[in-house]
Amino acid sequence: MELEKLNQLKKTAAKIRLGIIESVHAAKSGHPGGSLSIADIITYLYFEEMNVDPKNPKWEDRDRFVLSKGHTAPALYATLAEKGFFPVDALKTLRKVDSFLQGHPDMKGTPGVDMSSGSLGLGFSSACGMALAAKIQGKDFRVYSIVGDGESEEGQIWEAAMFAAHYKLDNLCVVFDFNGLQIDGPVSEVMNPAPHDKKLEAFGFHVISIDGHDFEQIEAAFKEAREVKGKPCAIVATTVKGKGVSFMENQVNWHGAAPNDEQYEIAVAEISKSL
Amino acid sequence: MAEKIATRDAYGNALAEFGEKYDFVVLDADLAAATKTGTFKKKFPERFFDCGIAEGNMMSVAAGLAATGVPVFASSFAMFAAGRAFEQIRNSIGYPHLNVKIGATHAGVTVGEDGATHQCLEDIALMRTIPKMTILNPADAVEARACVEAALNIDGPVYMRFGRLAVPVIFGDDYKFEVGRGVDLVKGNDVTIIATGFMVGPALDAAKLLANEGISARVINMATIKPIDKDIIIDAARSTGAIVAAEEHNVIGGLGSAVAEVVCESFPVPVVRVGTQDCYGRSGTPAALCEIYGLTPECIAAKAKLAISLKK
Repeated sequence: MELEKLNQLKKTAAKIRLGIIESVHAAKSGHPGGSLSIADIITYLYFEEMNVDPKNPKWEDRDRFVLSKGHTAPALYATLAEKGFFPVDALKTLRKVDSFLQGHPDMKGTPGVDMSSGSLGLGFSSACGMALAAKIQGKDFRVYSIVGDGESEEGQIWEAAMFAAHYKLDNLCVVFDFNGLQIDGPVSEVMNPAPHDKKLEAFGFHVISIDGHDFEQIEAAFKEAREVKGKPCAIVATTVKGKGVSFMENQVNWHGAAPNDEQYEIAVAEISKSL
Repeated sequence: MAEKIATRDAYGNALAEFGEKYDFVVLDADLAAATKTGTFKKKFPERFFDCGIAEGNMMSVAAGLAATGVPVFASSFAMFAAGRAFEQIRNSIGYPHLNVKIGATHAGVTVGEDGATHQCLEDIALMRTIPKMTILNPADAVEARACVEAALNIDGPVYMRFGRLAVPVIFGDDYKFEVGRGVDLVKGNDVTIIATGFMVGPALDAAKLLANEGISARVINMATIKPIDKDIIIDAARSTGAIVAAEEHNVIGGLGSAVAEVVCESFPVPVVRVGTQDCYGRSGTPAALCEIYGLTPECIAAKAKLAISLKK
């Protein structure tokens, strides 16, 4: 990857991390940890990988994205705002009663949100439905989804995995965000769903394992995924929950808590160094 | 005796028939032979997708298809559609108001010998709680076919309830079905029997039993449970002063509840509910089970007399 492109992606990811912190701080609630862990992946998706048009969010031939781990909506909203689907200022209205930015993604209310999600385990299945729809309609758009590692404890994730492989949905690329933490503690201690790579391979996926904060690896993975034919692709991304904010990194208590004013200032200062 | 056809058969035939005129796909969860979506599959194999025994995934897949502009029917037994996959229907389909038609067969105790685990008596109650869900419960094959076409013309989620048991054909080919409208089948002055689905036949027989005793019973077929036809319910309350609601469903949360809600809020008169009385079903022939659970003309007639006796 060219240095200029890499630097630009890092800057965009920093802006998205800022959007996450600002929106969750303004909302006084939300899920910063898992939003920050997917910030680099979702940045690459919307700014390099996916074919979308912010001026025409309902464009029929656009690539689709389903945030199956819907509680990390702040990452999606910050990305959509940065991409131009709606003004960045709107992020401050997150979770407010008159806002179009619900606590979890709402496809009816938010420009650019392709599927309502948030009840864990459901979004990945809907992404499968979208990929099947593309096949039925003879269209060549691609479908992307991000599933949480804790979320993969839901049985429906594996029902969907079976479905995707059975119908050879090679236009589907699912990212498993392996940040290692869930509400009750380390994923390995609460209910260990690992190893994702071997399980997904056994389910019939082409699996690519990467560092989910390394843009070179992220790019290589999405490029490889495009070349896979006859089977769906899964990217198992090892990430850091709370990535980019020192006191949030790898801390389970930042799964679903908002920073206070002091913490907010520190977080903004740290992220701003990457701008 | 009129010709008998199960509404599930009519459902499968309708899918195959309307598959020519309308653009949609059909999903099933390894029950195509029983739900009769197999009839569609045979005719349009490229538009049928088996999801295997994974109903939750099927409903969320259906939502993804609909969100991408592919109208879809998703079928299983009522127990596993409304029951197993309730939350997927609520969050994946209902909340975004997606164009998914749920064809739920094998509702009620007339499933028969398979017993309690497969006799869904809760689906209407569950589906009624989902905002803007349309619920259709046809009484016979003619109405079942009409429900399928009506569902195709609704932009949003529809839950259709079909039965396993062959039931008499009540309506003629000229029958005009309208979503949200109850239909008067028998005129009467002393009491109104509002029935839905399988119970419409017994309700008609009950009216005859009552007539033999000099009681004039009005009979309304309520195929649309939601949106419920408030006007006809209020008119029945006003004109006959007593109502019996009859359904092959738990008396909690189904048609009887819907009727009672309208009556209580608009024109209070006695409402007596015929249905299963907060219990599970069991194995047996449909006829034996209808006797046990009070889903017979005799039971409806007795409840009609009770309703009349409760008039002030």
